[in-house]
Amino acid sequence: MNLPIYMDCHATTPVDPRVLEAMLPYFSERFGNAASRNHSFGWQAEEAVEAARKQIAGLVGATAREIVVTSGATESDNLAIKGAARMYREKGDHIVTVVTEHKAVLDTCKHLQKEGFQVTYLPVGRDGLVDLDRLRDAITPRTTLISVMAANNEIGVVQPIAEIGRIARERGVLFHTDAVQAAGKVPFDVNAMNVDMASLSAHKMYGPKGVGALYVRRRNPRVLLEPIIDGGGHERGMRSGTLNVPGIVGMGKAAAIAAAEMSAESERVRSLRDRLLAGLRAGLDEIYVNGSMEHRLPGNLNVSFAYVEGESLLMGISDVAVSSGSACTSATLEPSYVLKALGVGDELAHSSIRFGLGRFNTEEEVDYVAGKMVQVVGRLREMSPLYELAREGARPRR
Amino acid sequence: MSYSDKVLEHYNNPRNVGSLPKEDATVGTGLVGAPECGDVMKLQVKVDPETGVIADAKFKTFGCGSAIASSSLATEWLKGKTLDQALEIKNVDIVNELSLPPVKIHCSVLAEDAIKAAIADYKRKRGEAEQAAGGEAPAAAGEPGASAGAL
Repeated sequence: MNLPIYMDCHATTPVDPRVLEAMLPYFSERFGNAASRNHSFGWQAEEAVEAARKQIAGLVGATAREIVVTSGATESDNLAIKGAARMYREKGDHIVTVVTEHKAVLDTCKHLQKEGFQVTYLPVGRDGLVDLDRLRDAITPRTTLISVMAANNEIGVVQPIAEIGRIARERGVLFHTDAVQAAGKVPFDVNAMNVDMASLSAHKMYGPKGVGALYVRRRNPRVLLEPIIDGGGHERGMRSGTLNVPGIVGMGKAAAIAAAEMSAESERVRSLRDRLLAGLRAGLDEIYVNGSMEHRLPGNLNVSFAYVEGESLLMGISDVAVSSGSACTSATLEPSYVLKALGVGDELAHSSIRFGLGRFNTEEEVDYVAGKMVQVVGRLREMSPLYELAREGARPRR
Repeated sequence: MSYSDKVLEHYNNPRNVGSLPKEDATVGTGLVGAPECGDVMKLQVKVDPETGVIADAKFKTFGCGSAIASSSLATEWLKGKTLDQALEIKNVDIVNELSLPPVKIHCSVLAEDAIKAAIADYKRKRGEAEQAAGGEAPAAAGEPGASAGAL
């Protein structure tokens, strides 16, 4: 077992060696511009891009022509939401989204509010799930777009995308989902789920950073987007800019591997995740899982360790790469807004750790991490005045 | 985020972790911060009533590594000091000693507050509450989130 151990797969994943191998020729001998129409270098690059587009489409049940390649999911979210809101402005000016969305969605919606759009931010329950009745009630005749993420990046909670898609379709509203964390991890099909746009990212599924995609439905209904980047008219005018050929090839390969191995991999990763939780529970009391365990990505575990502050916990497990919802670890010095939205108190939000397990984690690593966590939490609790107060009964136990 | 070697050293080998008997007349207890803000420090001093010298100091801290290091360092500095000398410890001294970055300055402020609160508690027990109130404002009084009652 090698240290440090990487268990932060919601932040990013390592490039799968098979992906890297597929990409390498496109940095060197096959360096052509996919938009060069008059020579073999261009044709070769275009052919590779089209093959990758098919692979990406295959992962989500789309057709290749519905895949717009971008620089990553932040751009995909911006293009989907700004592009659709502005394109359909004549029809309406209202967007419905959820408070636990990624900042790429929330900040995009805030930007549109400055342009005069109305945005409804739906709350979530204690389990992190959106209430479908509230979603239905939020839709007005002015609503043109619903944007709800498929799986959350902090708590891994998987939203009822098929049900939301059905509601959106019934009401004639476009449905965008940020599927960055879900794609390749849990079944996701744009037709079965009535998804009109879906944001995807390569580096969350063992592909390279700097490349993503937006699925844009072409039929029933055909979705039109106002571009946010103007230029040479690449990607059918929706996203100008020379294509990142090696990146796209890598994303295609990553998508193909994910599609082929998803069911076996998700079972394996889920059992590792459950083993980790069992190990933590065996050694520690008063630990709390944040968000639904039932509707959750197989590789996600988000746990609050009462009486212990998250950043000090990260310091104690410096040979394990995980994340914390503690304010001290964020740029804003605010604890996680996602945990707050679930109704997790600030104190427990400060005590939260996100584990993101993935393809390359092993049982041995899980056992090491569980053991280390138990040891460090124990040590920090002995140092914690809150733990002491709770023991003395001076303060209600959580 | 990277930590200075001194912060890491205190975090890995904290000095004087523990508790002194709260009811002891020679022990002063300061409990500052708020769990909602991610920082709570309990700092205690045991004072020799004859000499007014701090004979022992203990801490417990819920907070980041810098908060743990700040309180650990504070207990180290307190031992052997008179109460007046102890009150001269300023948060900037802690910042300098631990090379705390700007975002962690509040940890040192909390440690200074904890020292003042512990000494004020000791003085109050010794019937010297008026002097304490007339001197440095003890953190236990009015600082936001500084009240132990919030716990």
